[in-house]
Amino acid sequence: MSSQENSESLPEAQATAHGAVETAGDPFADPGLPAHKPRIQDIDERAAKRSERAVAFLFFLSMVATVGFIASYVIFPVDKIVFIFPFGHVSVLNFALGLTLGVALFCIGAGAVHWARTLMSDVEMPAERHEIAAPPEVKAQVLADFKQGAAESGFGRRKLIRNTMFGALALVPLSGVMLLRDLGTLPEDKLRHTMWSKGKALINMNTNEPLRPEDLTVGSLTFAKPEGLEETAEDFQTQIAKAALMLVRIKPEDIKDKRELEWSHQGIVAYSKICTHVGCPISLYEQQTHHVLCPCHQSTFDLSDGARVIFGPAGHALPQLRIGVNDEGYLEALGDFEEPVGPAFWERG
Amino acid sequence: MSTTTDARREAPAGERIADWADGRLGIYSLAKANMRKIFPDHWSFMLGEICMYSFIIIILTGVYLTLFFHPSMNEVVYDGSYVPLQGMHMSEAFNSTMHISFDVRGGLLIRQIHHWAALIFLAGMFVHMMRVFFTGAFRKPREVNWLFGFLLFVLGMFTGFTGYSLPDDLLSGTGVRFMEGAIMSVPIVGTYLSFFLFGGEFPGGDFVARFYSVHILLLPGIMLGLMVAHLILVFYHKHTQFAGPGRTNKNVVGMPLLPVYMAKAGGFFFLVFGVIAVVAAIASINPIWAIGPYRPDQVSTGAQPDWYMGFSEGLIRVMPGWEINLWGHTLVLGVFIPLVIFPLVLATIAVYPFIESWITGDKREHHIADRPRNAPTRTAFGVAWITWYMVLLIGGGNDLWATHFHLSINVITWFVRIAFFVAPVLAFVATKRICLGLQRRDAAKVLHGRESGIIKRLPHGEFVEIHEPLDANARYKLTAHEQYKPAEIGPTVDENGVARKISRTQKLRAKLSKGYFGEGNQIPKPTAEEYEEITSGHGHH
Ligand code: HEM
Ligand code: FES
Repeated sequence: MSSQENSESLPEAQATAHGAVETAGDPFADPGLPAHKPRIQDIDERAAKRSERAVAFLFFLSMVATVGFIASYVIFPVDKIVFIFPFGHVSVLNFALGLTLGVALFCIGAGAVHWARTLMSDVEMPAERHEIAAPPEVKAQVLADFKQGAAESGFGRRKLIRNTMFGALALVPLSGVMLLRDLGTLPEDKLRHTMWSKGKALINMNTNEPLRPEDLTVGSLTFAKPEGLEETAEDFQTQIAKAALMLVRIKPEDIKDKRELEWSHQGIVAYSKICTHVGCPISLYEQQTHHVLCPCHQSTFDLSDGARVIFGPAGHALPQLRIGVNDEGYLEALGDFEEPVGPAFWERG
Repeated sequence: MSTTTDARREAPAGERIADWADGRLGIYSLAKANMRKIFPDHWSFMLGEICMYSFIIIILTGVYLTLFFHPSMNEVVYDGSYVPLQGMHMSEAFNSTMHISFDVRGGLLIRQIHHWAALIFLAGMFVHMMRVFFTGAFRKPREVNWLFGFLLFVLGMFTGFTGYSLPDDLLSGTGVRFMEGAIMSVPIVGTYLSFFLFGGEFPGGDFVARFYSVHILLLPGIMLGLMVAHLILVFYHKHTQFAGPGRTNKNVVGMPLLPVYMAKAGGFFFLVFGVIAVVAAIASINPIWAIGPYRPDQVSTGAQPDWYMGFSEGLIRVMPGWEINLWGHTLVLGVFIPLVIFPLVLATIAVYPFIESWITGDKREHHIADRPRNAPTRTAFGVAWITWYMVLLIGGGNDLWATHFHLSINVITWFVRIAFFVAPVLAFVATKRICLGLQRRDAAKVLHGRESGIIKRLPHGEFVEIHEPLDANARYKLTAHEQYKPAEIGPTVDENGVARKISRTQKLRAKLSKGYFGEGNQIPKPTAEEYEEITSGHGHH
């Protein structure tokens, strides 16, 4: 009934299991495998029948659930949402499909496990282990074979062949490395420039209209993008990742940084919205203190003091954009950012 | 009576098919060795199975998702059936994920099963790894398999990360941006790496397609190979087992593959799949429609990665924002240091088995699983590592802790910074003490028996609790573990009185060995003499 491996070690183990348990002298000796204790199903055919019915019932339930799955798929519309306590508003279809599939699968598993536990033999058997390492003769044979193979190849003797082969094998992957070159363009000075330039109007992100100084009230945070950047543009995401701007109005006397005041327009200051830590957009503004908070790792910048970092893991202040007003009274940029926006990098300097 | 040809004609169809296959594949020899292979039973041995089954579930559901998912960042305007997003600009990737969720019948279920299975897969691997660690199942001959398992865990993290980045939603995009920022912090080559990964500037139009091939082919392919190798080695080494009567280092005791283990393990696959399907039915995961498509200038508050990436989040959140500007270059230590610690945290647990085997110098095979208390220093190290990991997980959710428990972010950040260094040490000391206490209790049980709960009054009025002596089985179980002696450096002078050179590493090893096995670092097992003395007379109180 068992493989050779098992039956070999059986007699000995059983002898200890049923034989002298009190090994003379050593109170901690291995008493050997205990005798098998029969389960109720092993001795009572009625109990075994009950288990059989339970297993069959589980398998039957699984079949019913699969029929339920198919029925749900056909019956429930994909967009129907209902309220089911305590799960809230859920898609009926998802709910029904998941439950029926889950029950169908679970019952197969439960049936199989119950079958194994109650009806299949639970006699524990030992199997011998064999050492993983090869015996010395095998090792000696392998080493001899290898030496012979190596000698026949002349690998050790003909050094010229060997060395040129190593050279060729070492060089050939370079082709693969070369092929990776076009994975991306080179950084060059791309990270130093954004779409902002002298004369570009500041466009309100929400209304898509150019901003006037009057649109900005003390205490509000406004987001802006450069004129000419449309959501439909192919490189919109890449451009906005650098050009996103936030504007606040601070009473000029509250601005502590001299340059900040110079670069502002009547207390309206424009800063890069991209956090200098690892690039999340900043979104929270505390009106009283003029602090802005990055929601990603809580870096906090003081917009009334050159946007310096006052808390969190960011390493440097947010870059400021120099702004003014054009002839028609709209806010405009007076140039690009003077330093790279976003996370720091080696060439940033 | 019948001739051989007759016999062959009469053989049942199954046997004839098996004969056919045997003649070509040699299946009978294979089955002879394996069909009745013995597997030991213990609940903790099911953890590895959970991993294997969730991986299979992930592959099945993942293939289904590829039938509908479009790995493209081309911009489209949404006109699907989810009204709130209609008219919005989004990538095709997001659009097709919306399509899977709202227009493909059962699509949402499969998406949610895929994601839940990924979470369970990673959690399963973590706990499974800890099981192997705390029972010392990584010892010879299983070190290589420990590394395979560890690699699976690490690759699983990255497969998960690339997976949840695919829908190109606001949350995952934030995670990708985080990764870009981290790569950019690498000195000298960081900017180039980032440009090569994203095909230019972030986010560009390539990364979803690139992540896609990594997510569905490259990493799962490697993982499948590793998993097969892992299982072959489990089969080849045979399972470890806990010591017990009749269970020794030279055998494995349990039930045969056919039928018991096959039924239990096969059934367990369906149990795992069934539970995950029910979870996917009732608990939504990654509801991208509520999050919206990615925009580099927008963010949702409370952004959190999947749990297995949480510890890296913790690292980056609590690190002070150090930046050094020198000679026109920037060293972004505030991001680069966490990026370096991230693999170090993982490597710490991965290399432990090799350190332990160097300290013990033990070259023998070990097939008996240790009870964690019987290896106090190892157990303490493991708990210290988990503590370290958990501290970082807490750091990764510092904003959530702050809002839920009304604490200041500042307090939590400083707590994590200090705990990063201190908590593992405390955990180490506490765990070691607990282990030694448990060892003492085991020794007492062996010598004096177990407390029966029955109180007896002695003639002179004293109350004592009756201790029942243990039977031979229990005694064996509690004394079966081996105890090492600390390694000795040996005499510092040789037999000729010449000073012997003792290398630094030798000294270090002796010191560590004392810390592991020296006096006070393990409780000596009761000896037969002690036992005889106590049981042969006055011993019982
Ligand atoms: C270890 C293996 C894997 C892990 C941990 C994993 C994890 C994930 C996760 C967390 C997601 C995000 C799902 C969401 O919420 O939208 C995902 C998406 C996806 N995965 Fe996997 N995955 C694995 C293997 C695979 C394989 C083998 C395939 C295909 C053959 C696959 C195909 C996909 C596809 C097409 C998506 C995008 C569709 C969507 O997001 O709905 N995955 N994966
Ligand atoms: S990205 Fe802003 S704090 Fe990390």
